[in-house]
Amino acid sequence: MTRLSSNHLLGLKNLTAEDVQLIFETADNFKAVLNRPIKKVPSLRDITIANVFFENSTRTKISFELAEKRLSADVVNFSSSSSSVSKGETLIDTVNNILSMKVDMVVMRHPAPGAALFLSKNVDAQIINAGDGTHEHPTQALLDAYSIREKLGSLEGKKVVIVGDILHSRVALSNIYCLQKLGAHVAVCGPPTLIPKHIAALGVQVFYKLQDALDWCDVANMLRIQMERQETKYFPSLREYSMQYGLTMEHINKLSKEITVMHPGPINRGVEISSEVADSEQSIILNQVENGVAIRMAVLYLLAGQKEG
Amino acid sequence: MSKRIILDTPQLNIMLHRMAIELYENHSNFSNCALIGLQPRGIALARKIKALLIEEFDLDHVTYGELDSTFYRDDFRRNEKILIPNSIALDFPIEGMDIVLIDDVLYTGRSVRSALNALADFGRPAKTELLTLIDRRFKRELPIQPDYVGTNVDTRAHDRVIVDLEKENKVWILTEQNNA
Repeated sequence: MTRLSSNHLLGLKNLTAEDVQLIFETADNFKAVLNRPIKKVPSLRDITIANVFFENSTRTKISFELAEKRLSADVVNFSSSSSSVSKGETLIDTVNNILSMKVDMVVMRHPAPGAALFLSKNVDAQIINAGDGTHEHPTQALLDAYSIREKLGSLEGKKVVIVGDILHSRVALSNIYCLQKLGAHVAVCGPPTLIPKHIAALGVQVFYKLQDALDWCDVANMLRIQMERQETKYFPSLREYSMQYGLTMEHINKLSKEITVMHPGPINRGVEISSEVADSEQSIILNQVENGVAIRMAVLYLLAGQKEG
Repeated sequence: MSKRIILDTPQLNIMLHRMAIELYENHSNFSNCALIGLQPRGIALARKIKALLIEEFDLDHVTYGELDSTFYRDDFRRNEKILIPNSIALDFPIEGMDIVLIDDVLYTGRSVRSALNALADFGRPAKTELLTLIDRRFKRELPIQPDYVGTNVDTRAHDRVIVDLEKENKVWILTEQNNA
């Protein structure tokens, strides 16, 4: 295995299990770099990366920016609120204008599903998808799987349940693809209105009761309710959602085994997860954030390294 | 391709002993000296040298580490293949120590250059030396010379030197026949 199967990172759907393993092994090396006094290597010093965010982001943007800087890349940041997009420019024009300033890679978040794929076909740069609408969020899925691998040793045969707003979640879809490629069993859990109709076709189990899902799983990945994407009412109230699907210590104490709790952030404490659980020993939420930088360094390094110089 | 032995096992063992003695002469009890093997191919040699030092000179402990310089190489994006990193094991402070970098073959000098840069990110050694089993001396591209050498080998650019310290304990040279 000497290169990734794609020149872009658009989603987990088209990556192979070998690609994911290569990214993980490279991330192990970068994790070691991040624990050194000098947390920087010169690999990408002749590469310029544009972070193009058409949607709000805190964690992902900072994580990408840190990863790029730790690799010595030059970084330009762009967000749609302060740009010509509001003046009517098209996506291709905006990106081509950035690229004409000699930019090599584009990290993009966009509200439209498929935006990253569209861009990869229309501009001459390597594209990394940092979230395209409700479609995919590949680096989040990679860091989630990497964090599980770190905690449990391997993904093979592990049972992971994703709880919450599956319908609007790009994290859920990317996680399903990624975990299944690595040999894990995946289930989703949430109110019927927030579970996509044909999700079973992806080979995932569906639970409608949180306690049943927890009894089944080794790992519970709790998702936020994406209010900004909900145009109709999918459940009566947040309070009711929280009573049915919010993870509390009470649930955990009922289990005969220890489960690992994850959350991609941002957390709504007291809604999908209680503070006690979020801050408990079983929670690897902050490890996920830490691993995010190493995973993104690995992705950037591997993609940049295989572009013919 | 023709394959020719340039060091057989007895010759190789004599050379390893001689280099261990030279190291001992310069660093005696190794209290302020560390051996660092360069990934990937310097590791087997470095481990052998370390074991020899402990065995021959009755040393309690020789500080030992392994360094990978993939992220510091100057041919990133210049190859068809991507450069896959190896692990690093340097869990001691190198600040103020005498460091002996160990690699099997010294050729262009570029990997030693990248190793020196990688090492600098871990601290500032008092002194850095280089030990190599084979010095292919006519193809240097940087002003880098070894302090301890097993043997000099005069080769042409298409030749390959193969060091096997794990199975057969021999060193070969592979020559392209039509150029011979």
